[in-house]
Amino acid sequence: MLAKRIIPCLDVKDGQTVKGTNFLQLRQAGDPVELGKIYSSQGADELVFLDITASHEGRKTFTDMVQKVAAEIDIPFTVGGGISELADVERMLSAGADKISINSAALRRPELIDEIVSHFGSQVCVVAIDAQQDEKGTWTCYLNGGRIPTERGLFEWAKEVNDRGAGEILFTSMNHDGVKQGFACDALSQLASFLTIPVIASGGAGRMEDFRDVFAQGHADAALAASVFHFGQISIPELKEYLRKEKINIRI
Amino acid sequence: MKVAVVKYNAGNIFSVIHALQRMGVEPLLTDSAEELRSADRVIFPGQGEASNAMHYLREHGLDKIIPSLRQPVLGICIGQQLMCRHSEEGDVDCLGIFDAEVKRFIPVCHEDKIPHMGWNSIQNSKPSIWEGLDGEFVYFVHSYYVPLCEHTATVTEYIHPFSSAMQKDNFYATQFHPEKSGKVGQQILKNFLEMTT
Repeated sequence: MLAKRIIPCLDVKDGQTVKGTNFLQLRQAGDPVELGKIYSSQGADELVFLDITASHEGRKTFTDMVQKVAAEIDIPFTVGGGISELADVERMLSAGADKISINSAALRRPELIDEIVSHFGSQVCVVAIDAQQDEKGTWTCYLNGGRIPTERGLFEWAKEVNDRGAGEILFTSMNHDGVKQGFACDALSQLASFLTIPVIASGGAGRMEDFRDVFAQGHADAALAASVFHFGQISIPELKEYLRKEKINIRI
Repeated sequence: MKVAVVKYNAGNIFSVIHALQRMGVEPLLTDSAEELRSADRVIFPGQGEASNAMHYLREHGLDKIIPSLRQPVLGICIGQQLMCRHSEEGDVDCLGIFDAEVKRFIPVCHEDKIPHMGWNSIQNSKPSIWEGLDGEFVYFVHSYYVPLCEHTATVTEYIHPFSSAMQKDNFYATQFHPEKSGKVGQQILKNFLEMTT
């Protein structure tokens, strides 16, 4: 049986990892390659590196980092941030990334998903969706790291992403992100009920129980978190032991 | 030790090269018959589409060379599939080392997602380079599979049991990616490099 995956996410700016709380404040947390190696040896199932640099020089630094990760780390990894055309995908895959994740670029031009899938296969294409739920309960997708609301609803956009052939959806609930009160299990469970591709849950990890719930109740295929791992609030070996005791199928 | 990696139009070949380099081996990436024949080990890796890959192998004469190799050969992912008789992917005749037919996964229920992607465990391992690794998890990404057959060396369950590793004479193959499978994958690669022949 396929194991549920635990994925630490590293936000990278100018070659250093950072983590935002509610997408705004940033705190320093170390060298991404070293951090990635530690997570891999602790039993992380995959890694995600997000480039949050805007400058051209920053992009070059990020590509160099991707090459280093590919050379030194022996588990799969996804890279995202600033990927807006096929040439960016090609550059990241040639640097050694296993998968790429796109977000705003897909919302602006959904055909990009089809292009990536036909050139490189569905397994490399992760579509990240940042969405926020309003007080009426409606989920809306956001652009540019959660700064700009769109007209698209979470569920209809997720369905389109699925049908265009993406390999996975990385769903971040902006309501839950940085709050550490658990993942958006209701929305996740609803996504799992109609999608035919795996969903990576992101936003809200605070306690080990949150991971159990996101798998058992949210039916997520993978759970992504950043600060709880970076600041040592949860250790991956402990988390995996705990999940196995809770009867979640996990790789140890 | 001279380790050759078969150079062809498949993706993800560099991850195998990196894995070997981490183990202190500097492999040679080549499509030359001479280089392949004189290597101590040959690795046939890759990710991609079967009929395109076979077309390339035929154009470069590799379809004759690979099955004729005498040293230990390890096929990975699409490499394993291409070592079979025929693949449903692009309806193409393959190298015919393993007498098996590569089939596409067909989902039985909503939870069966294609591709089979992520960490799954290997079972019933036959004595070979995967010995003692029953129950260990390795990393898979594939939509086509080899059914159980006489050459099955390890079994993995996804939708139904399939051949997650195969062996016949000097030919070894894994559907999973040992180069992306952490310590377990590294152990398998190490066993392949260090076995006595």
